[in-house]
Order: sequence, then structure tokens, then C-alpha cells
Amino acid sequence: MKVTVKLFATFQKGRFTVEAREYPQGIIVDDIITELEIPRDSLGIVMVNHRHVELGRELVDGDTLAIFPLVGGG
Amino acid sequence: MESLDDYLAKGAVGDLVPWSVQVSAMEMFSCSCAEVEERILSLNLLPARYQRNRQTISTSAQLRLFRSRVAVIGCGGLGGYVVEQLARLGVGNLVAVDPDVFEEHNLNRQLFSSIAELGKSKVAAAVARIGSINPAVSVTAHRIAFTASNGAELLQGALVVVDALDNIPARLELSEICNRLGIPLVHGAIGGWYGHLATQFPGEELVKSIYRNWSAGKGVEQQLGNPSFTPAVVASMQVAEVCKLLIGEERHLRGRILSLDLHAMEFHETGV
Repeated sequence: MKVTVKLFATFQKGRFTVEAREYPQGIIVDDIITELEIPRDSLGIVMVNHRHVELGRELVDGDTLAIFPLVGGG
Repeated sequence: MESLDDYLAKGAVGDLVPWSVQVSAMEMFSCSCAEVEERILSLNLLPARYQRNRQTISTSAQLRLFRSRVAVIGCGGLGGYVVEQLARLGVGNLVAVDPDVFEEHNLNRQLFSSIAELGKSKVAAAVARIGSINPAVSVTAHRIAFTASNGAELLQGALVVVDALDNIPARLELSEICNRLGIPLVHGAIGGWYGHLATQFPGEELVKSIYRNWSAGKGVEQQLGNPSFTPAVVASMQVAEVCKLLIGEERHLRGRILSLDLHAMEFHETGV
């Protein structure tokens, strides 16, 4: 199945901005974060189809996953 | 003897009361600047400084702003702009909380920082700056860090709280205390070209949700720092939210997070 993965800000560096990627059924958000080697402690907002989701969220064909780094400065 | 109200009404040009009349009223009637500003607005007149607000903010809304109290937690990159804009908007009572003094690395972005202010208190600089813009606005300065134990006291009487902090644990504490006290919170955070903001209403757990993946440490700001423009953009958006909350405009950034990428010039909305 196809999932569109969008990366933001610092996560684009050495990876990509947006890609339609092929994944097996049953994959969860956390698996993709592992595959992309994004450190867990740098994760900010993680959204599927414009909704903020838990890392255990299962993806389905056609979903768009967007991953933002943690932002906390003032 | 002529009453203060009569004096102000007579001094008005149309419905605008010039600053010179406000000052002479203070002297003649031995009133504070705030008392005169409140009288002007109560008479449905407008201090002339607000004449360019009026197509956006009615005189009655201007009076509501003047009678409002907003607590700004953190007085650095975001907080400096927030305090300045709230004062210019005409919010009458501001509470500024920050334990820090200005350092050289603040000069690239923090509005109240200057060479002369290096080593001096950020909240004291806020008081001086606002005093020079509009002495009718009261700024209560607390040169302390916001904590779970002093939080409720610092936020007392605030109708809205602005999260302009620079660390995630304190942001989570602030969000929890605002919920406990039933105060809406306008959250904003920045790092490099990036930032986000959201308005949390009592009973919602928006800030906790934004940082649900956080375990320790800082965000991208640690690596990227903050340039001059990112705090100005996010702070201005926070002030727009505060303004709407205070005057009862209902189109808030509620139940959604707005993320900004000023490098790609993209805005993204996330539902929660």
C-alpha cells in the first residue's frame, strides 16, 4: 500500500521533503519513524491526514503521514 | 469646579482625546494615567493613540481590553514582542514573569534587549519600555521563574495567559495550572525558521498533546537557535489570539495547531 510521508524542518535534512512510499499492510507510525531513523526524543507533532496521532496508529492505503520535529523555544 | 468627565468631553476632538488633554487631566484632577484612560473610554471617547485601532476594535471593546489582565510567562524572544503588542493594543494590566537578565546572545531578537540593558532584568526592561509607550498600562513584573508552586499566585486575576516560555517542562506545568484555574492559554513555541501556536481552552489538553512524544531536553531551538523574525511572527499571532479572547471574537485557533515553516513559507494546520 502507498503512504505519503511528509517531513518537516530539520527532518528533511539527509532524507526527503515528501515521498509516496510503499509499505506492507498493518504498519504503524512508529515503524516508519524507526525506518527513517528519526530519534524518538526529537519528535514533535505527528499527524495522519491532518490529525495529531499516537505513534501506535496503524496506517492504511492512501494515508498521509506528516512528521514535525520538537519545537520548544521562546 | 468642572468635573473630570466634562473636562475630557470638552477636550475631545470629535471623539478623540489627545494625549496632551489626558496629561493635563491627570494634573488638574490628581488622577493616575490609568484612571484618566478608563474615564475616557467609559465616556465612549477614545484616547487618540487608539484611533487606528477603531476599525478593528470598537471603543467598548477597547474599554474591555483596558480592564483586562493578561499574564505573559517568559519575557524573552516571544514574550518581549507579546508584552509590547498587548500594551500598544491597550490591554490595561500585564503581568510579566521571567527570572533572567539580558545577555549578548539575546540582542539578535529580543525586543527589549539593548547594549545598555545587558546584565539587567528582562521584566524590569519591560516595565520601563511600556512606561515610555503608555503609562496607563500597568505592568506587574516578577523576576522569578514560573513554577508549579508559584504559578497559581502569578496567574491570579488573569483572563488569558500567554505561554512564551523557553522550555517544555515549564510549558507543561503552565498548561496544567491554567486548566486548574480555568484560564485560556495561548501557547507558542519557536526554533530556527520554525514555530507553532495553539489556543488551549480550560479542560483541553492541547499543550500536553503537542508534547506527547517529549521525554527530556529541548527541541530544534537547541541546535538552530532563533533568528529575529520567528519570535516576531509567532508572538504577533499569539497576540491576535489574546485580542480575540478578550473582546469576545470567537474565531480562535481552537482544537488545532498551526505550524509555521518560514523557510519554505508554509503554514500547516493539525487537528487534535
